[in-house]
Formats: sequence, C-alpha cells, structure tokens
Amino acid sequence: MNTPLHVSTGSLVMNGIYKSFANVPALTDVEFTVNSGEIHALLGANGAGKSTLMKILSGAYTSDQGHIVINGEQVKIDSPAAAKQAGIQCVYQEVDTSLIPQLSVAENILLSHLTSSQGSPILHWKSIYQQAEAILQKLGFAISARQQVSELSLAEKQLVLIARIMAEQAKFVIFDEPTAPLSMEEAERLFTIMEGLKAQGIGVIFISHRLPEIFRVCDKITVMRDGKKVSTVATAETNANEVVHSMLGRAFAEKYPKTFVTIGDPLLTVSDLAAGRYVQGVDLEVRRGEVVAVVGLVGAGKTELSKLLFGADQPERGTIQLSGRNLHSKTPYHALTSGIVLVPEERRKEGILVKESVLHNLSLPILKKITRMGIVSKTAEKQHGDQLIKSLGIKTSSDQQLTGYLSGGNQQKVAIGKWMQTDAELFILDEPTKGVDIGAKRDIFKVIGELAGQGKGILYLTCEFEEAIGLADRILVMCDGKIMKSFNYGEASQEDLLYYASAGREELV
Amino acid sequence: MNHKIAQFSYRYGALIFIGLVLLFFSIYNQHFFTYNNISDILRSISIVTFVAIGITISLTVDGFDLSAGSTVSLTTVVVAAMMVWHQMPLILVLIVPLIIGALVGLLNSFLIVKIRIPDLLATLAVMYIVSGIHRTYTKGYSIYNNMQFQDGTKAPGVMLDSFLWIGQGKLLGVPFPVILMLVAVIGMHLFFKYTRGGRQMIMTGSNEEAARLSGLRVNRVRTLAYVASGVFAAVGGILFAARVGSGQIDAGSSMQMDALAAVFVGYSVFGAGRPNVIGTFFGAVLMGVLVNGMTMLHVQYYTTDIIKGAVLVLALAVTFVHRKRQKV
Repeated sequence: MNTPLHVSTGSLVMNGIYKSFANVPALTDVEFTVNSGEIHALLGANGAGKSTLMKILSGAYTSDQGHIVINGEQVKIDSPAAAKQAGIQCVYQEVDTSLIPQLSVAENILLSHLTSSQGSPILHWKSIYQQAEAILQKLGFAISARQQVSELSLAEKQLVLIARIMAEQAKFVIFDEPTAPLSMEEAERLFTIMEGLKAQGIGVIFISHRLPEIFRVCDKITVMRDGKKVSTVATAETNANEVVHSMLGRAFAEKYPKTFVTIGDPLLTVSDLAAGRYVQGVDLEVRRGEVVAVVGLVGAGKTELSKLLFGADQPERGTIQLSGRNLHSKTPYHALTSGIVLVPEERRKEGILVKESVLHNLSLPILKKITRMGIVSKTAEKQHGDQLIKSLGIKTSSDQQLTGYLSGGNQQKVAIGKWMQTDAELFILDEPTKGVDIGAKRDIFKVIGELAGQGKGILYLTCEFEEAIGLADRILVMCDGKIMKSFNYGEASQEDLLYYASAGREELV
Repeated sequence: MNHKIAQFSYRYGALIFIGLVLLFFSIYNQHFFTYNNISDILRSISIVTFVAIGITISLTVDGFDLSAGSTVSLTTVVVAAMMVWHQMPLILVLIVPLIIGALVGLLNSFLIVKIRIPDLLATLAVMYIVSGIHRTYTKGYSIYNNMQFQDGTKAPGVMLDSFLWIGQGKLLGVPFPVILMLVAVIGMHLFFKYTRGGRQMIMTGSNEEAARLSGLRVNRVRTLAYVASGVFAAVGGILFAARVGSGQIDAGSSMQMDALAAVFVGYSVFGAGRPNVIGTFFGAVLMGVLVNGMTMLHVQYYTTDIIKGAVLVLALAVTFVHRKRQKV
C-alpha cells in the first residue's frame, strides 16, 4: 500500500447530538468518536438511532442540537455536499440509487468531478478513463472502466461505489450494512477493502447486524439503544454475548427459539419447476407444520423461485400442487386465494407500501373480509391493525404512522403481519431478516414457530446459513437454479451448506 | 414553532389563498359576492370539475389521462347528433355517451395495462384518435337545431327541452349542474375514503408492485380507473351539450388542461400531496373564481391564463417543496 494520505491521529467527534421527528425524540445526547485508521462498528437494534445518527453525519438530516468536530475543528454539516466537503462518505444499503446505470464505470467513479462546476468545461475522456483505471487497479478490482454500470452484478456495483469514495478523497467512510446482499466471498473482499482504507489512515464506521464479521474486522464497538449511546468498547475486550446484552438491554436467551411440532401431510409439492436462467427444474416438498429452508448464495435463484410459487412470475414448465390440488396462479391474487403468501425480499419496494399508514398496509390483503356492501369497516380495520401491532410488537407512534418511517425490523413485521389473518396455509419468506436487528429477528423467528405450530407450512429462503441451521426442519441447498442437496435438522454444518451452495467450487473454510 | 407554521401553511395555505382571492374580488367589485354570481361561478366550473374528477381517478392509480378532453368533444357532438339527426329518446341520449366514455377508458386501459405503453403516451395517442373520430363524425361542423346539411336538406330534430334542463335548469334555486357536481364530488370523496374499491385504487397508485404482491388485482383496478375517467369525461360532454344547447366541435380541448390544472392545484389543498377529489373541487373553484373575478375587473381574457399558470406554479411549489422535505 502507499504511504498514508492523512495523519492517523485525526478524529471525528460527534458531541451532544439531539434529534427528534414530529416531537418524538430519535436521538438524545449522543456522543460518538471515530479515530482515523480504525474500523468502528456502530450497533443497535432497529430503531436504536444508528441510521439517524449516520444521516446527521452525512448531511441528510441536520441535528437539533450538538456539534461535530473533525481533527479538532468544528464543522457545520447541513447538506450532503457539506459532508463530502468535510471528507465524510457513505456506502448505502441500496447501491442502485447511488449509481447511474446508463453511464460507464469510469463516469460513475468520477461523477463528482464530472458534475462539479469547477475545472475545465471540456471533458477529457482519455484522462477520465485513465484516472478511473488507476483507481480500480490500486484497489485491485477486476472491472473494466468502460463497462456500463447496468451490466454489472450487484457486488460489482458495490465495488464501483467504493472506488468512487476513494476518488473523492474521503477521511471518514460510513458503511451502512454493505454486506447484507453479499455472498461470503464477496463480503470477504469487502473486508479487505475496509482494511485497506484503514491502512490508508481512513476512519471507517461499519454498521452491520452480523456479529461474527464485526468481531473479525472492527477495532471498536459502539452500541446504541433507544436513541442513546450505551457503550463504546474495544473489540478485544468484549464478546458477542456482552454486545447483544447491551443492544437488547437483556440477555439474548436463545438465539434461535426453534419449536418442534408434529409434522403433518404434504402441503406444497413442486416438481420440475423452471423459468429462465434462474430456476432450472426445482423439486421440493413442504409439509404442514414444517419449516423448510432454501439456502443459496446471491444469484442462486431463490427469489425467482419464490416469485414463481406466488404467481408473480409464470413458470415455463413444471407443476405446483397445494394439498394435492394443481395450481396455476396467474397472479399473486390467485396464489393468495389458493392459500400461498409471500414476504418478498425487497421490503421497501415490494413488501410494504412506504407511503401508506401501518393500518392500511396491514389491512390490504384482508380488505374483502372487512368490507360490507363495498364499505370498509373502520372499526374492524382498526381492531385488526391494533391487534397485530400489539401481538407482533411493531414499534410505531400510532397506526396512522407512514410505514416508510418505521425502522427496518418493524417494516418487516408489517410485511409479515399483513398475511397473519388471511387463510394462507403456506408462508414463503424471502430473506426476512435482511437488514433486521437481532431483537426483531427473534420476534420474526417466534412468529415462524407459531405459524408452524398452527400447521402452516413455511418456506424460508435465505443466504444466512446459520439461520437455516437454527430454524429449519429441513434445509435444501440451491445453486444455479437447482436444488443440490437436502439436509435434516442437525445434519448440516455451515461448511456443508457452503460447499453445496457453491456447487463444490468454493474452498472449504 | 417554525415547523408548526410550515405545517399549518402547507395544510391550509390553499384554502386561505382562495379566501383571500374571494375577499379581494368582493372588495373591488360589489357585484362579485352575490348569490347570482357565486352560483354562476359554480355552474361555470361544473363541467370542468367532472372532467377533473375523472383525471383525479386516473392519477390516483398513478396513471394519467390525456384523452378526457377529446372524450368530452366526442360525447358532446354524439349527444347533439342523436337528437338533431336521429331524434332519439332522452334515455338513449343519456346512456350512449356514457358507454362511449367507458369504451374510451377500456381502450386506454388495454393499451396501458395489456400492451404496457406508458400512460402518458397511450392516452396521447387515444386523444388524437378520439378527437379525429369526433371531427370525422361531424365532418367538422357543429351540430345545432335543424341544421342545414351541405346538400341543402335540413336536419329533422331539435335538442330536447328535457335534455337542455340538465344543463340550464334549476332545482330549489340552485343550478342543476351544480347539484350534480356536488353529488359527484361528495360521492367520489366518500368512495375513496370508505370503500374497498377506493382504497384499492389508492394502494395501487401508491406502489403498484407492492400492491400486486399483496394480492391486489392491480390490472383490474387500473382498468376500472380508466373506465371511470372516461365515464366522468362523458358526463362532462353531456353537460356541455345541455348547457350550450348544441353540439360544438372541439368543445373539450380547452377543458383537458383546465381540468388538469384543477387537479394539480388540488394536491395542495389540506396538504394532501396526492390526487384527491376535494382538492380537485377546490382547485376548480379557485380557477373559476379567478376567471370570473378578473373578467369583472375587465382583465382581458388572454391575460387570465398568465394568472392561472402562476397559481398552478404556486400550488405545485408548495406541494413539491414539502414532498422533498418529508421524503419517505
């Protein structure tokens, strides 16, 4: 690596930060310090205020009170531009919103240079590509600077984003759950990058829900709870249980509250289901009361499979049977009426309507039940909504709150909760814990256990192998659109799953 | 405190603005705030309001309907032709245009929902088609009582009195079109607030994919919205013919834009930030009041468009500045 660009004694201090939304306090007297050349984890259950704090740091929000000091100098961050000026950069969860797909990799990397009003008004394409290639080479990314971003995979797009950060000479970089959509290999590569940034004297703030990776890469851990800072400790001086304890404020008794119920008759029988490149002949069975996990890396075809089963996409061949009846669901409506529901992976785009209230989101699939002569019964709707908010522990200021303002875990509870009072028999959950904190995760696992207890079938699609091992009665490993292997509860280790998920290609850890 | 003022002005700004405009005209002209003039204003906006309600419905499902104006033109001349050329009974005269409106809506939704042409482009094409049909049908002539054909013969029929009453009559001193308009506004408001159909349209417009994956039949909902839009435009066409007493050619072309303006001004009423029927109504009222008041002040009619445009900009600015602030 090159010699550090910055003095490694610099620091970023946030002091006495207050922020409230519509008089509901989101942050109360938060203090947060990151030093140059360290990787600092920011942890907390959903709704703890991590994202709000980071949005204040990146200029998306302005704090009500408090100040930010960088390298001893107080800075005013009142816009994303000001944050960049101060050397603060972000890598957000949703890569697609920060890249321009129609432009080349080089243009995306040097976007702020290209759009700045300073410098020459004429673009020197040769030097743009040269600069971009130099950055890519320095970071060791095998992406062509001339390729169009829309042709890249999600993981590659993330690399482009990191290259952009380097091009913009950041001093502090925020990684907001960057590993959520990555496979283990890709996440590994990201950690190398983070360590590279650290070696360059850059302070890295890392938000993640995966504790193991935090303990691997981070130097310090700051935990937040209910809008307040709980603790900052060096990673070497703590352990996962302690961290979980301070996140939840109580011991995390059992990580995976697996319940064992009697498994009944076959509910869903799928044979030779195929569509396009991602689903190439899938056979599987889910019985009543059974939790079946389908695990696989990103791009294995899990999401595509879930959409076929839910009638959101149409299969090219194969049959789907529910309780022995052949299904040909032309639309999700038909799947719902036959008893299949889906909690989709893209929560904010597909799972919930962010611009609508919690109440209206929850009642959407059961509108017909609470309608008399075309009129929706407000009392029945409110009763249904409030009961779900209570039983699922959805944290919201009221049932009228717009769902988009809830934290990730609570949004997911809405996305699952809306199906609870339908007559669904098969619940398909696609990455239900993606971007969800441990507290809400445990609530979701509990709900899955309850549903299984009621004799429903659960198809749980995930790339988190640990969850599958902890929860599922049976694990199916999917790779390149096919089911490669089946394991019963207690049979598989993470290494086994990884081996089959990568079709034997990946080195055993 | 600042936050509260901002909230208040966002929510009630549009209504306060209408109040101020009323006050201004009332002070400057003693004939403005009289029962006759106010009922004149309401009658003048009743037709546009029907078209605007239709457009509000299409916008509610996150669509767009550019063809509403040409549907008004077509139904107006069809209504007149049915009476003047063919001497048909009143009941047919009322039903046929509604069917035509529904068919235009079906054509729109076929292009948008099935063929997946973007709504703006599809309804633009349909606007041309429908407008062409109405000119071809009338050979470019307006239709009036016992009109003379080119071959020298006269049309056999006249506009029925009972039909003209729809546009010109009064009930308890209130112009009948105003009553129809109020019924439609209140009815559609209740539809969106209390019925399943209304809720389904709102949810579809809010996020079609999420609504579809929640088990909503979004294609059906969108189709119904375009059909409703066509039917409301057809009612506008009927009212226009009844008001004017003839089948004017190109009656609806100016109405399309006036209706759209009313709908978008309506976004800012009560801080809705989205298409809503009550807002649409107040938008139409504001536009009507402005035109009426300025005419009384002897502002030339071609100048009023500048004011209308400026008011639209103001309303849109309020809506979108706020939307940017509270991004979900």
